[in-house]
Amino acid sequence: MNVPENLRYAESHEWILVEGDTGTVGITDHAQAELTDIVFAEPPAVGKTVAAGEVAAVVESVKAASDIYSPVSGEVVERNPAVEQDPALLNTDPFGAGWIYKIRIANPAELDALKDPAAYRSQIG
Amino acid sequence: MVDFAGWEMPVQYAGILAEHKAVREEAGVFDISHMGEFLVSGLRAEAWLDILLTNRVASLPVGQAQYSLMLNERGGVIDDLIVYRNGPEEFLLVVNASMIAEDAAWMLARVDEGVEFKNLSEDFAALAVQGPQAAAVFEKLFSRPMPAERNRVIEIGTPRAFVLTTGYTGEPGFEWIVPVAEAAAAWRSALDAGAKPCGLGARDTLRLEMCYPLNGSDLSPDRTPLEAGLGFFVDLEKQDFVGKSALVAQKSAGFPSRLVALKVTEKSPPIRPHYPVWANGEPVTETTSGALSPSLGCGIAMAYLPADLAKPGQEVEIEVRGRKFRACVHKKPFYHKKV
Repeated sequence: MNVPENLRYAESHEWILVEGDTGTVGITDHAQAELTDIVFAEPPAVGKTVAAGEVAAVVESVKAASDIYSPVSGEVVERNPAVEQDPALLNTDPFGAGWIYKIRIANPAELDALKDPAAYRSQIG
Repeated sequence: MVDFAGWEMPVQYAGILAEHKAVREEAGVFDISHMGEFLVSGLRAEAWLDILLTNRVASLPVGQAQYSLMLNERGGVIDDLIVYRNGPEEFLLVVNASMIAEDAAWMLARVDEGVEFKNLSEDFAALAVQGPQAAAVFEKLFSRPMPAERNRVIEIGTPRAFVLTTGYTGEPGFEWIVPVAEAAAAWRSALDAGAKPCGLGARDTLRLEMCYPLNGSDLSPDRTPLEAGLGFFVDLEKQDFVGKSALVAQKSAGFPSRLVALKVTEKSPPIRPHYPVWANGEPVTETTSGALSPSLGCGIAMAYLPADLAKPGQEVEIEVRGRKFRACVHKKPFYHKKV
């Protein structure tokens, strides 16, 4: 499984890319492989405020709906319309074109609670 | 793996979409060993089954099969099943996994002189090979052509095994009932013959595209087969069968509801069971089954709608997580085989 070095990870299989005070959020390669065949994605609305650990988005595979939890608290500043049009991007490019939303990070200290690549790698075995 | 009526069953192998496509375009094999097998035999077997089941067993020739239903006294569905006639006085019944115990108890309690009932569910495993290339798989496995007709039964081998040209996908194919000791070898031989392994997930999307009901979801002890649109498999001309008087009464009084096919007409999340269905601004029912149709690329579902709304073209809305999506009653089935 691909676990890029430049990201932080939530136990619930989201990743966040931190650039300044903005974080880009998506689901991991492991998560997409477990979910398989993602056929629907609903990124959060711009302007929505979410707390760390709160449901921020929903993705659905043929078999089930899955909640996507925000790794950090903040305000949604951008949503990825491409994954709404083509949810399979979450399967084919989970760390790239399959990003789900960007968030203005309210409390950078929350990032410390997330896993580094080594810790996430050992979580997924 | 998921628990399904006490069986550990794979939802998918390569992925539901790929497996669905394999069955629609090539050939897939499902492990359906969870299903129950009953053997009913004896001088009065035919007459007895005709009392317990809705379809006319007496009209079933040797070597053929029919879909049928077993009802309670209120006309509600206990189970839907397939009856295979192996001989003049011997029948194989294939029933739903979740209903084996209840079906067997119901039937045993009514066993009559001249009827022998055996629950062989523990003795048999079963595979379903389905798809346009199923006939080629059949030829490789059995060195003879697959019968062109549906609903045929062939007994093969010793110990007893059965090959049946039935299925639950809308594709040509066959079901292969084998003694449990031979199950693993049968599975491997079906894969070697070109069938792709398919799980419960694809089985559900395939059957729903055909509007084949799933007992426990689309059929229930509180709904009659007439409400479910299965009147074709109910012979009200038969002298008597369990549930008949309730069906006759319902037919003359009018149906409270009808099981309809619903097709979502805008982009939506996949539809799932128990989603609320709205009509004319009111919640009227909930979905009994639902999916994103891999073949059609849109949400599909079934639901019991009040009879006055149960007509093709009727507009409804299906609620998903608090949002409503437009849908309309669609003529069954959703999927038509390309010819």
